[in-house]
Amino acid sequence: MTQANTGGLKRFLIKKARMVGKDFKKYKGLYFMAIPMIVFYLLFHYQPMYGASIAFKNFVPRLGIAGSEWVGLKHFRDFFNDVFFGRLITNTVVLSVEQIIFAFPAPILLAILINEVRQKWFKTTVQTLTYLPHFISLMVVCGLVSDFTQRDGLINDILAAFGAKRVTMLLEPSLFRTIYIVSGIWQEVGWNSIVFLAAISGVDEQLYEAAKIDGVGKVKQIWHITIPGILPTVVIMLLLKIGAIMDLGYEKIILLYNSATYSTADVISSYVYRKGLQEYNWSYASAVGLFNSLINFFLVILANMVSRKLNDTSLW
Amino acid sequence: MESKKKLFARNRETAGERIFYAVNALVLALLCVLLFYPFLYVVFASFSDPVRFAMHSGGLLVPLGFDAGAYKQVFANPNILLGYKNTLFNLIVGTAMQMLFTCPAAYVLSRKGYMWKKVLSLFVIFTMFFNGGLIPTYLQITALGIDNTRWAMILPKLIITFNLIILRTAFESVSESLEESARLDGANDFHVLLNVVLPLSKPTLAIIVLYYAVGHWNAWFSAMLYLQKRELYPLQLILREILFMSANSGTSAVTNMYTDTVKYASIVVATLPILAVYPFVQKYFVKGMMVGAIKG
Repeated sequence: MTQANTGGLKRFLIKKARMVGKDFKKYKGLYFMAIPMIVFYLLFHYQPMYGASIAFKNFVPRLGIAGSEWVGLKHFRDFFNDVFFGRLITNTVVLSVEQIIFAFPAPILLAILINEVRQKWFKTTVQTLTYLPHFISLMVVCGLVSDFTQRDGLINDILAAFGAKRVTMLLEPSLFRTIYIVSGIWQEVGWNSIVFLAAISGVDEQLYEAAKIDGVGKVKQIWHITIPGILPTVVIMLLLKIGAIMDLGYEKIILLYNSATYSTADVISSYVYRKGLQEYNWSYASAVGLFNSLINFFLVILANMVSRKLNDTSLW
Repeated sequence: MESKKKLFARNRETAGERIFYAVNALVLALLCVLLFYPFLYVVFASFSDPVRFAMHSGGLLVPLGFDAGAYKQVFANPNILLGYKNTLFNLIVGTAMQMLFTCPAAYVLSRKGYMWKKVLSLFVIFTMFFNGGLIPTYLQITALGIDNTRWAMILPKLIITFNLIILRTAFESVSESLEESARLDGANDFHVLLNVVLPLSKPTLAIIVLYYAVGHWNAWFSAMLYLQKRELYPLQLILREILFMSANSGTSAVTNMYTDTVKYASIVVATLPILAVYPFVQKYFVKGMMVGAIKG
């Protein structure tokens, strides 16, 4: 019995090896070209995935990843019992949701307005100017934000002229989300409108002509032709955002937050950074990060499934 | 004649439309002013007399006086010049190496027929959806011993999967008959990539080069994590010191007077190259954005 099985396995392996040999001979060039790519992905993507196993260990740098002691789900349990657990989840979700509510519709609106411009030169100018902030580095954007929101900064100057009290805005937990979202809209509204502009240009011109002959006004045309026309694109982009709801980057947060605003500004990714790379709780931070990555992974898969159902087009 | 008149009537704007277009143009013009004003403010402030600027409250419509002292300090600051040098090194060497790695990888993924196509695609695309995370990546880079060297800024980003996928899609669309005729002339995969696929994918290559270059230009987080030697700091990290920790960025006593305007002058100096290149490359970026949105 076992003899026959191993024989079968042997034959199978030989057959496979012959197939690979033949494939290699025919596509030698591809095999060689694939090597650097495979090495790169193994070193910088798959090795860190193996490294994520320290989330289940008590990682001690001296002992290495393999040599450190297993502790099972201890760090995950600690995270669920962390005093900041609720705050981190809430901050992450609330910031994402507020961003979807306020920052997501802005480029759609802008695209609709740009599309209605008749003079070519004006259209190009508007596009060039609104895309511009996208090309400014995050450092400069955050530098400007921190400067404008000082007590004697530009925004306080303007608000004070209307009788508001001056505050150092980046020290106010209640203002952090507003600052984060508004500066984000400033930087990306033009750039994000490109996708929607392209979608609008795909709407059938004849629909507008027919509506015009019937005496339908411009606003109604937008409502009944443009918006339904770009709805599939809007839904896909929205799903993409919802899929990334727990996937907030840390770079902008780290540049703008401080211990005074942790209560609203600290999100999962910035907590991972602080715990791991500032307080050297390697394993704990990895566990928090892994928890977050897993949620993100399933949300993206889910978003794609829903999108496939809705549109017959997958996100990838 | 008759039909032309009709056409004209159909294309004529009604009063309602004229109002609509006027309001639309007004809204957009206001929006542009609002979005662009921060740039103007920075430029005006950077040239302003520092004492008058310190006492000024509210927006600026022109520089307050004229004082290029802030710029003199910026260019006298050895850190900024060093930062520029490091950023340019990362940008040039890094982008070149990234293209050297990404092009063959995209070529491999774009070919058909060989037995590993599906496996390799999955191997690559999986990393877009799941990664080891910040801490394990940090540990891996220190374990490789490239932290505190320039390579920490270059090697971990040799292939950015998003760019790889865009390039793969472009390579896939190169007509197969061209490849076949090259093969009949005895070309192997390296020849096909160099002489057929790459020349026919120039627009997409331009997009990818730009994406990589901008990535290097903006990089600061990995520099903050991996570089302790100040002489390796890229421009953005120097900028961070000036913008966020201004107290320890300057050495001379006059710095105090200029602290605020130096900030703005640094922003101008660090942003000007981008703004100078921007009008020429904008269309490539927009195109890349579209490709990415559809296929990314």
